[in-house]
Amino acid sequence: MNGERKDRDLYTVLDEEGIAWLHFDKRDSGTNVLSAQVLEAFYEELLRLEQDPPRGLVILSDKPNGFIAGADVREFTRLETHDQALAAIESGQAVFDRLAALPFPTVALIHGFCLGGGLELALACRYRVARDDPATRLGLPEVRLGIHPGFGGSVRLTALIGPLAAMDLMLSGRSVDGRTARRLGLVDHVQPQRHLHTAARALVLDPPFRHRPGKLAALGNHRWARPLLARVLRRKVGRKARRDHYPAPWSLIDLWQQHADDERAMLHAEAGSVADLIMGPTAQNLIRVFLLQERLKSLGRTSDFRPARVHVVGAGVMGGDIAAWCALRGLRVTLSDQSPERIAPAIGRAATLFRRRLKRRRPIQEAMDRLIPDHRGLGVEHADVVIEAIFEDADAKRALYRELEPRMGREAVLATNTSSIPLQELRSALQDPARLVGLHFFNPVAKMQLVEVVRDRDTDATVVNRAIGFTRRIDRLPLPVTSTPGFLVNRILMPYLLEAVELESEGVPAVEIDRQALDFGMPMGPIELADRVGLDICLHVAGILGEHLGTEVPTRLRQLVESGRLGRKSGEGFYRYRRGQALKPAVPREHRDNPDVGDRMILRMLNEAVACLHQGVVEDGDLLDAGMVYGTGFAPFRGGPLHYIETSGADTLLQRLQQLEKRYGERFHPDVGWETIIGFGDQPPHNPESGA
Amino acid sequence: MAAQANPLATGRPVFVVDGSRTPFLRARGRPGPFAASDLALQAGRSLMLRQPFGPEDFDQVILGCVMAGPHEVNIARVVALRLGCGQRVPAFTVQRNCASGLQALDCAAQDIAAGRSELVLAGGTEAMSHAPVLFSEAMVKWLAGFSRARSAGARLRATAAFRPAFLKPVIGLLCGLTDPIVELNMGQTAEVLAHRFGIDRKTMDAFALRSHRRLAQAVDDGHLDEIEPLYDTRGHCYERDDGLREDSSADKLARLKPVFDKPFGKVTAGNSAQITDGAAWLILASAQAVEKYRLPVLGRIVDSQWAALDPAQMGLGPVHAMAPIMHRHQLASDDVDQWEINEAFAAQVLACLEAWKDSRYCREELGLESAFDPIEEERLNVDGGAVAIGHPVGASGARIVLHLLRTLERTDGRRGMASLCIGGGQGGAMLVERTGA
Repeated sequence: MNGERKDRDLYTVLDEEGIAWLHFDKRDSGTNVLSAQVLEAFYEELLRLEQDPPRGLVILSDKPNGFIAGADVREFTRLETHDQALAAIESGQAVFDRLAALPFPTVALIHGFCLGGGLELALACRYRVARDDPATRLGLPEVRLGIHPGFGGSVRLTALIGPLAAMDLMLSGRSVDGRTARRLGLVDHVQPQRHLHTAARALVLDPPFRHRPGKLAALGNHRWARPLLARVLRRKVGRKARRDHYPAPWSLIDLWQQHADDERAMLHAEAGSVADLIMGPTAQNLIRVFLLQERLKSLGRTSDFRPARVHVVGAGVMGGDIAAWCALRGLRVTLSDQSPERIAPAIGRAATLFRRRLKRRRPIQEAMDRLIPDHRGLGVEHADVVIEAIFEDADAKRALYRELEPRMGREAVLATNTSSIPLQELRSALQDPARLVGLHFFNPVAKMQLVEVVRDRDTDATVVNRAIGFTRRIDRLPLPVTSTPGFLVNRILMPYLLEAVELESEGVPAVEIDRQALDFGMPMGPIELADRVGLDICLHVAGILGEHLGTEVPTRLRQLVESGRLGRKSGEGFYRYRRGQALKPAVPREHRDNPDVGDRMILRMLNEAVACLHQGVVEDGDLLDAGMVYGTGFAPFRGGPLHYIETSGADTLLQRLQQLEKRYGERFHPDVGWETIIGFGDQPPHNPESGA
Repeated sequence: MAAQANPLATGRPVFVVDGSRTPFLRARGRPGPFAASDLALQAGRSLMLRQPFGPEDFDQVILGCVMAGPHEVNIARVVALRLGCGQRVPAFTVQRNCASGLQALDCAAQDIAAGRSELVLAGGTEAMSHAPVLFSEAMVKWLAGFSRARSAGARLRATAAFRPAFLKPVIGLLCGLTDPIVELNMGQTAEVLAHRFGIDRKTMDAFALRSHRRLAQAVDDGHLDEIEPLYDTRGHCYERDDGLREDSSADKLARLKPVFDKPFGKVTAGNSAQITDGAAWLILASAQAVEKYRLPVLGRIVDSQWAALDPAQMGLGPVHAMAPIMHRHQLASDDVDQWEINEAFAAQVLACLEAWKDSRYCREELGLESAFDPIEEERLNVDGGAVAIGHPVGASGARIVLHLLRTLERTDGRRGMASLCIGGGQGGAMLVERTGA
């Protein structure tokens, strides 16, 4: 029987009590996903069970990592027409309808990931049991891919737990653990592993009434309540996502508002809505970005490096936060600096991070216990990875390496978090110069997923591999870049920031500049971003980059720093700050829109992206796009800067750039790399917008 | 004399290889920033950073603690697991009131001497500021009755039986510091000794002042490098014993009112040990472990002794515990280079010094033929004691042994004696020796 199971994606075992146990175990995969093939096999299995009804059905997974992680996202990219998409969604709905209609009790036995289509399958069962542990996560993250649930999830979830809780889960895309799921009514039991099977059997043998939302929660689905509730939901969504950039959450609210009292109609509308969304540019680009993320994640797979101990030198904002992050991800961390007082604030920040992320007492304590303040720097000797995060001074760094290297293990990775000094300048201090690698984290460490893994010709390839493996171990996205000034992300971001400063000094209101960037889809305006980073730091980085790249540093930036206006941390930069919040004045009435404002910022950024690609700072355009999305939050729904160039027409953008060069001078001079891109442009580009 | 069979005398040698402690933090009337296990964890974590072996290499972990919190009753096991000793290292907590830390060292030493362990982490911890505040027994009984009441009438009757006085809290710390047999609190036992040996207020205050001065000097001279900083979750660090009053003076001390025997007593907050939070650890090793990991040896634990006496005079415990050790090793006071006698109360240490050289006391109470030579002031508690540093009851025993070894190392001394009086009428003492000297 085992041999037979191996070449099937699922199988059913009937036990002596007449309960059918349907195991999902997708072939050649560590994770269960609902590919078209798996769905078909599941459908056939359901038909068989209908023919010969068991006493009840329990659906479970044989994969250690979880139940079912969702649909097969790669299949989304193969959809060519709206009709194809609609057909695929409707056939999925048909499978789950069949499951929902079975005349005997059905139970989903959930452990680990139960996401997207996986949760929709569970929702089509009469009951759900979840394992009580931190690894069990239930959620409908479809909005993150620019769509919403399509296999009946929006219909069944709103009916099961009421619209408010259901919409909160679907609109945010967040996942919850078993206990929260139980509280919401999403699962009937949350139990430790040892009682999971007993709980499922009990539900089959003595089936209770199925869960219904509370009277108050159910009221939200009433015809009269929906318009009101929809308005509240739209206001909430509006604060996070604009309809023109991210249509999916808005469509979901529309869908529910119009059809919530008619299950059939809502299922039909759900399918149509998802088909519309999935062929649109936003979903296509978000799916692209998701797949790019998968690619970055897979970079770490070639490494068998299993770091357990990290030593961080420098307990400033970056060093301290890197240390805290590593401890949060389960590594034992020693954090050193010149004195205990310098380390203490980092421990305080770490405690805040752990409380926010881990919530429960014991996990917080465990993380705190793993983060060891080490003012004597004794942790170096036991560390698998040593990260230097001291101030940007090449001499100081070299002196430190001279002291660290003899005390480090031979296999240990020595990484610098420098954001501006080339490795070439630093490694001269080392006995083994090839061992130095850059691990460039972004601020705030706990939010920014990207880590630039910086290497050059002289860096040992094994070391680079280990650095990538380490980055994955702490659940960050590694992006290999060359050790050129500014690496990738800061280099591309800097012209955009400097142009914003230039605009501001020309008299364009800061609010207006930021608004233009937000309109483009950046997560934060450049002026506010500069204030947050700190104007002194911007000036420093701009100076270093300027030296190498020949860009000019706006005098306005220098003036502000000299007058002590350093941004948010000093209470005033371009904006004034109260309790860390920017006080943004209204745009003066006499201000007139200038179409050049947005283009000047964005095109300088795009031009630099082209230059980076041309100079081989990263291996290919996809990696560059991934870097900008995960390192700066570059409008994800646009799929990355190079993808944006491709989809909006490289020719047009180049002409615009040349126009700007005539008007504003040499800093808009197109990089030679545009020629290559235009060359590519002759072939029909992959253009998702044409499919919409 | 009993205790001829002490394995420390007959068994394998026991070495102390390293140790560290937290700063001792004065209780300020509310729970301090660290629970007892946090204190022990942080002191242990820093200590382990400099070891060539890992926490999982210990054969066992022994921790002294008088009032472990209700969440960490076997606090030694909790700390061992938090330290990363892993699931397979056994751990137990010992309680012998004020000498719990010394008891932990003694247990560890006995096991190594007897060949049961090679490498042991032993110490003490106490978060006196976290001592529980309890419901009175009347309140507990009332609650039990109320929860049994089923009918509305029964509930009403139970409710009516409530008296506001039930709400008066029981301060766990005060109970712990009161002897239930002789019904004297610890301060009163010091008053008893002051009366018996005619120790006046001025002498006590002078002793207390000296404790502060010596600690201040030790801080300036860097004699306290066994302290590892503590870090709280609010971003603060603590590097020093904060009970030290550098501005203390004879005048200021003289102005304090007696706290235990009001209004005529002599024992004040100023000439008593402070209520404090803190922890201390030592690593004890057999010769085999020393060789295996190439450990530096701080000193050897040569002997230990426990003694008991009238609970009302518990402060004289050190005299009763030290004397048999002196006798066994044929030592005169001069043969011991450094002494650490825990300063529970200035009066109590002064009484010990008096009894030590009092031939009548030595003859009648200790059965000795003659008294000892006086213990030289310059060899006793050279860097201050619990009056200035504080006395987290479970931790002090470990602290004084550790500091004694450090002092011997610094002064190139050979023998050292550490001793504590123990509430309930006991004394404990430990003789250490630097092998290199």
